[in-house]
Amino acid sequence: MRVLGIETSCDETAVSVVEAQIGKTGILANVVSSQIRLHEQFGGIVPEVATREHLRNLPQLVPGLLTQSRIRLDDLDAIAVTQGPGLATSLLIGYSYARALGLAADIPVCGVNHLEGHLFSPFLALSQKVEFPFIGLIVSGGHTLLVHAKGWNHYEKLGGTVDDAAGEAFDKVARLMDISYPGGPKIEKLARTGNAEAYAFPRSFPQKDNFNFSFSGLKTSVRYFFEKNPQAHDDNAWKADLCASFQSAVVDVLARKAGNALAATGCKRLVASGGVLCNNALRVALAQACAEQGANLLVADPKLCTDNAAMIAATAAEKMAAGIPLTLATDIDPNLSLFKRPGSTAAVKNKEKLMRQR
Amino acid sequence: MAAEDSIILDSAEATQLYGKAWADTCRAGDVIALYGVLGSGKTQLVKGLAEGLGFDGDVTSPTFTIIHEYIGGRLPLYHLDLYRLESVEDALRAGMDDYIPSDGVTVIEWPDRVLPLLPANTRHFTIEVASLNERLIRPGVSASA
Repeated sequence: MRVLGIETSCDETAVSVVEAQIGKTGILANVVSSQIRLHEQFGGIVPEVATREHLRNLPQLVPGLLTQSRIRLDDLDAIAVTQGPGLATSLLIGYSYARALGLAADIPVCGVNHLEGHLFSPFLALSQKVEFPFIGLIVSGGHTLLVHAKGWNHYEKLGGTVDDAAGEAFDKVARLMDISYPGGPKIEKLARTGNAEAYAFPRSFPQKDNFNFSFSGLKTSVRYFFEKNPQAHDDNAWKADLCASFQSAVVDVLARKAGNALAATGCKRLVASGGVLCNNALRVALAQACAEQGANLLVADPKLCTDNAAMIAATAAEKMAAGIPLTLATDIDPNLSLFKRPGSTAAVKNKEKLMRQR
Repeated sequence: MAAEDSIILDSAEATQLYGKAWADTCRAGDVIALYGVLGSGKTQLVKGLAEGLGFDGDVTSPTFTIIHEYIGGRLPLYHLDLYRLESVEDALRAGMDDYIPSDGVTVIEWPDRVLPLLPANTRHFTIEVASLNERLIRPGVSASA
């Protein structure tokens, strides 16, 4: 079974084709607009922040991907598209494109939750069969989420951030330190030469049964530190210590809570995904937390940790293979949750808008 | 809407309570522009406003996602964070004009990116950091924006 995936929930226009075989799903082709900008292989694509650029990118990317991987539209069994959560304008473009393509080429189209794509991406990346139960940890610029995955569509929220996402904390602290975007990799590099115990930054919600995160106070602490120590701006040794101490505050909390979640649920598998998993210190800390709990750690390689369409296509392919019915809701849902049934307010609101226009 | 005088708030909780008090006077179509440096408590204020409007879900930073919609209270609340946008063109491409104004209350963090898009009756508030925990909120545009 071959599935075309389309993902436009935020900045990246991403398209991919995956092939589901018995027991596992493999990637046939996978492109993300920002990577193309680097390689410039499709020419002329300049992705911009969360924009209607998706509209310009998709009609180039999809045919380009199919040509490159020598797949014809006739070879596709389904199209999977991100339904939410995300930026309404961005989602709508991918969704409309997928529906139009499905209609024109007579291919069934289904909607996939962006977070569900992340949740299962490590299985895809490691070519492993999806197995339940597991603890899912999604850590990105927009999300920080601990999930107890009990089965397809049976996800229980253990905790999430109450303010900033972990990836956002990295980028904002980088900005405070005059480190250019993207801040995460640069903070990690500076942290390697620093002392992680130089400064004691706050660790939120230390209680064992509290799986929520808070990173806003940490950001404020770093800003306050610079106000008290302005000389640190120009001193790389200070900065290295600061980066190491900050990174360790974030990583400690994530790893400890993931470990606590394994212990509390008895799960023996931690499945971690999202852009912040590109951070090696986090991968090491999670591996250690898993070792302490006698659990396995599944993490995707960095290319599949960040937003991509392979995870969308693969989630749809795996669900279909497992006999889970997939539907196409009438509309996108910018507030789509992993934990409640889709098709909530946004869909209703947009429908009302359409009715009014008629 | 709330008093138009400056006020000192001595904790994140006090900031939330202040935001909550805004809710009573909010009407559909209101646009609120919030100025303040990183970590000044803009999102805390929105948390309070959402609660005051009767929304009972999570209110988190929309920096990466740009918009969070909080639906289910007395009025829909649209929480815009334009931190990652650089220009009016960026904002238009991201569809921000659909939300300014909206069918509910629109709160905009980092509104300096979209000043030409703001309606004339937009309410501007600046949060200044007085100390680690204290914040001064005053009506008006930030001097730095």
